[in-house]
Amino acid sequence: MSERARRVVPVGVVLVGVVVLWYAGAVWLNAPGAIERVMTPKGPYGFADLVAATWSMERPVLPAPHQVAIDLWTSLVDWPLDSPRNLLFHAAVTAQSTIVGFVLGTLLGVALAGAIVHSRTLDRALLPWIVASQTVPVLAIAPIVLVILGSLGFSGIAPKAAIAMYLCFFPVTVAMVQGLRSPQRIDTELMHTYAATRMQAFWLLRLPAALPFLFPSLRVGVAAGLVGAMVAELPTGAQAGLGAKLLTGSYYGNTIGIWSALVMSALLGLVLVAAVSAAERIVLRQRRFG
Amino acid sequence: MTTVAGTRGAPGALVAVFALAVLVLALVYPLTAAGDPGVTVMRWQSGAIPILAWALLAFAAWRALAPTPHARFTLLLVLPCVAGAAMFATLPPATGAAPAASGFWLTLLATLALATITVQRFAALDGARIYRPLTAALFGLWVLFFWQVGVTAFEVPRVLLPAPSAIVASMLGQWDTLLRDFVQTVLKAVLVGWVVGSTLGFLVAVAIDRLPFLQRGLLPIASLTGTIPLVAVAPIMVMWFGFEWPSKAAVVVLMTFFPMLIATLAGLRAAGKLELELMHSYAAGYVRTLIDLRLPCALPFIMSALKVNATLALIGGIVAEFFGSPTVGLGFRISTEAARLNMPFVWGAIVVAAVSGSAAYALLVQLERRWAFWHPSVRSA
Repeated sequence: MSERARRVVPVGVVLVGVVVLWYAGAVWLNAPGAIERVMTPKGPYGFADLVAATWSMERPVLPAPHQVAIDLWTSLVDWPLDSPRNLLFHAAVTAQSTIVGFVLGTLLGVALAGAIVHSRTLDRALLPWIVASQTVPVLAIAPIVLVILGSLGFSGIAPKAAIAMYLCFFPVTVAMVQGLRSPQRIDTELMHTYAATRMQAFWLLRLPAALPFLFPSLRVGVAAGLVGAMVAELPTGAQAGLGAKLLTGSYYGNTIGIWSALVMSALLGLVLVAAVSAAERIVLRQRRFG
Repeated sequence: MTTVAGTRGAPGALVAVFALAVLVLALVYPLTAAGDPGVTVMRWQSGAIPILAWALLAFAAWRALAPTPHARFTLLLVLPCVAGAAMFATLPPATGAAPAASGFWLTLLATLALATITVQRFAALDGARIYRPLTAALFGLWVLFFWQVGVTAFEVPRVLLPAPSAIVASMLGQWDTLLRDFVQTVLKAVLVGWVVGSTLGFLVAVAIDRLPFLQRGLLPIASLTGTIPLVAVAPIMVMWFGFEWPSKAAVVVLMTFFPMLIATLAGLRAAGKLELELMHSYAAGYVRTLIDLRLPCALPFIMSALKVNATLALIGGIVAEFFGSPTVGLGFRISTEAARLNMPFVWGAIVVAAVSGSAAYALLVQLERRWAFWHPSVRSA
């Protein structure tokens, strides 16, 4: 097997296994409902009929993969992009607030990390609290942020972006402090012998050295920001966004709708993280020697 | 360090001069404004506490004029300052009993200046390790002080930001509700989900230890799940397991499973070649090697996954309740009381969640120190 096949084949086999299990689970979970609602009125039935029925129910306990795929596909193809029936529309709404919050949170985190490495006071007084915040479910204050910003008159994207922002902010700050401190003493002393100012040392040595630390935290941050943006869409009675879509789906018992929104949010998460990874590869490309 | 020429030492001495000047100026003005007719205007000399508070703050400002190179000098600056601020916080304008006037505002400004100096001086201390957490604690104390006094004196609406005292009062007033929420969310959903999810992840990792094909297939998928908003399965879990806590525990199981799987697989590969060969030379079989060498080597990895999972589980448990829950639980409390604009109680529920998270993390760190004491990451800490 080639190296590529060695990597791809096992993943493919596992994925196929997941799909097979999913179909089997759909039969198992949907069978009682199917027998009660579909089969019994029709009279006698065989096992094949039952399986077919469990895979094509309107409100299954667990929709079969193809049902979810079809629902997702029709929502993308049959409806215009600005229709609330199109999942891409909801994904765009959520992605917008995630990205705005992510960018702001990253800038804030990097700026604060820069201040912390240059100020012993901030390092000793503030950093322990930021590190400790990693052990606290900060997402829980999302409803408070919504209420505060709501009563201050902000609406629309601002509250959602604010929540995504503060969720991105903590991991980025912690990683950047670590990264800005990563240059060895010999490197900082070399900068000193060049008579570099603190700003020059920051831009030419510390910031480039911190980049490998920054990107993993950005991946964590953008994933956390997506969760934050989706949670922010829950209590506002928002009409648009993947979080709102999930909630309305659960109100109306639209299981297939929930699953396709779930798949869409998973895809959005993957795309956002892949974008960060692509940026990482581009930025760090010049680093490789030889 | 770039300091102004000639002013060696005494960092923030100019700020101290400013604080002292403002404090002296504050003596001229009354503390409270004349409100309704018949209400007496409070002045500094009206009682022992205001004048004592002023004296302590002024003493601190005077101490701050000189450098405080030693812990003793720093304490002589910090303690009077904190004591003065604490007395200041009991004055009527700070508790919201009377409208504040210029004397009060000026003193608050001077206290702010003094607070920055005390934190700065404490952070500059070298030597004992205890100074680091103490600096953070002092900073936290000042944040609480200005939060309390600022919110009360500026009459910030409760919806925007309730004072810490209001939060504590609502926590004490409805502690039985919070206790039930804590039991429901933390002890039932989160703890059960965390234990089951972490155990499952561990067991699956050990089970596929001898199946490299399955490992190569599962690992990339498992590491991708970190990028997926797994909490969003909450509505589905509610449909499957109902509104009660098992549906929340199921979300937590899903969220904690993959980090533990990845960490255990990595940990099982951590045993060194030398040690493995030694076990081999002892004719130790697979199970013996697993139990005596590889699982102990994996312990630090497992412990860090347990720590990560503790936070994840708490987030999962609380957020899953936002999607639908019985009328009890921390997530339910936070979302419904926020909708009713009962913000002090919302903050109270968040305090409970935050304390549970930190306590769980601290407990796991202690266990890690005890069990994985030999690991370099523990020894260096």
